[in-house]
Amino acid sequence: MSWALFLGCTVPVRNLNYEVSVRRTAARLGLNLTDLPDFGCCGFPLKSLDTKHALVLAARNLALAQAAGHDIVAVCSACAATLAEAEHLLAGDPRLAEKINRELARINLTYQGGVKVRHYTRLLDEEVGPDRIRAAVTRPLTGFRFAPHYGCHYLKPSAIMDYFDSPEEPRSLAELIEALGAEAVDYPGLKDCCGGGVLGVNEDLAQGLAFGKLYQLSRLDLAGLVVICPFCNVMFEGQQKAVAKKHEVQLKVPVFFYPQLLGLALGFSPDELGFKLNRIKNKDLLKAMED
Amino acid sequence: MADFDLNRADPDFKHAVAGRPGAENISRCYACGACSARCPVGDLNPEFDPRRLIRLVVLGLKEEVLSSPLLWFCSTCYTCQETCPEGVDFTEVLFALKNMAAEAGFFPPSMSAQVDLLRKHGRLYEVTDFENEKRRDLGLPELTEKPEHFQTILEHFQLGPETEA
Repeated sequence: MSWALFLGCTVPVRNLNYEVSVRRTAARLGLNLTDLPDFGCCGFPLKSLDTKHALVLAARNLALAQAAGHDIVAVCSACAATLAEAEHLLAGDPRLAEKINRELARINLTYQGGVKVRHYTRLLDEEVGPDRIRAAVTRPLTGFRFAPHYGCHYLKPSAIMDYFDSPEEPRSLAELIEALGAEAVDYPGLKDCCGGGVLGVNEDLAQGLAFGKLYQLSRLDLAGLVVICPFCNVMFEGQQKAVAKKHEVQLKVPVFFYPQLLGLALGFSPDELGFKLNRIKNKDLLKAMED
Repeated sequence: MADFDLNRADPDFKHAVAGRPGAENISRCYACGACSARCPVGDLNPEFDPRRLIRLVVLGLKEEVLSSPLLWFCSTCYTCQETCPEGVDFTEVLFALKNMAAEAGFFPPSMSAQVDLLRKHGRLYEVTDFENEKRRDLGLPELTEKPEHFQTILEHFQLGPETEA
């Protein structure tokens, strides 16, 4: 099967380690990803200002995927949720779909509905599954403990996500981590929001939200925090120094994108997975991967 | 937002909010406060209180609600929405209120900057040779921009009171 790879705005410019790991692991696991060069913003940044225009931008991407004959796999949780929500809204409201299609006609596109949108992590969980991943592992990450961070838009709104995993007791990412031979740690702040959604509006508030989780994790014996969304990465990795300074604590929590760890376990080298771009290193992990 | 003059309240405000997509169920709220109890933003900033915001809408305090910077403090974590026993989609209610605030001219400056970027580049980050060179180094395909579509779609998009007409 093949999917149109929806990179969004942030990942292909700011998180090349994430993107390269997604492409390499997908190819290794037989998931065929196709690039559609005309993909653009998913619409999420406009939703606060004007939900209708945001919906047109989302539908534009759905229409492009449909014209190319693909379902969509997104690597940013906000993009995945925004595009899935658009498909959900248009499928349930023919009059709305007609209205949106009148807008799309101005750029010579039309959307008939039916494009399925999933996050890459969900695709790994549903199309490959922990068992097949475990069987494909050539270099198990035995002895390393990781804290999963699901983030909000990966799981919610649960009605739009077909309830594929529980927002109250999520399991999918922990199972995917454990499939690599590593340990997935449960912790009280597992479901806490990263704060990324308000960084542009209220930096203190955003950093306060990130601080709660980072401080908790800094006191556990961990190889690192595992994220699957560029916004969560901005808060936990990009902002970690500023958060530590503001709250007058020492923080050194390495942050990885799940496909980077998957790539290591599948035998790729740290360089092939862009580990040089991770700002907070875990030397023990990297050293173990050189042997 | 301490004292309110109910003589200035707009009794139609709650209907206008409920008429927005996603906010339809606002009248089901019986003020149990489950949303506020689990809100991580309210935890850090008690002034941000979902239950209170719903009460202000029901009372018709349109000006106070739409001009409040608090509307924009929601991190869109959806915890309130998943928790509500009455099926009020409060995250969506807030999107509706933010839309109405933006139409009335109340919005943070960072928001209009994003619209400019989308019009110019079709993305939140400009893609230059510098970005594509870094991508080439890692064997990643070149990125292109397609702003024409965004210029057409956003042709009549305007922030501020003008859009209310």
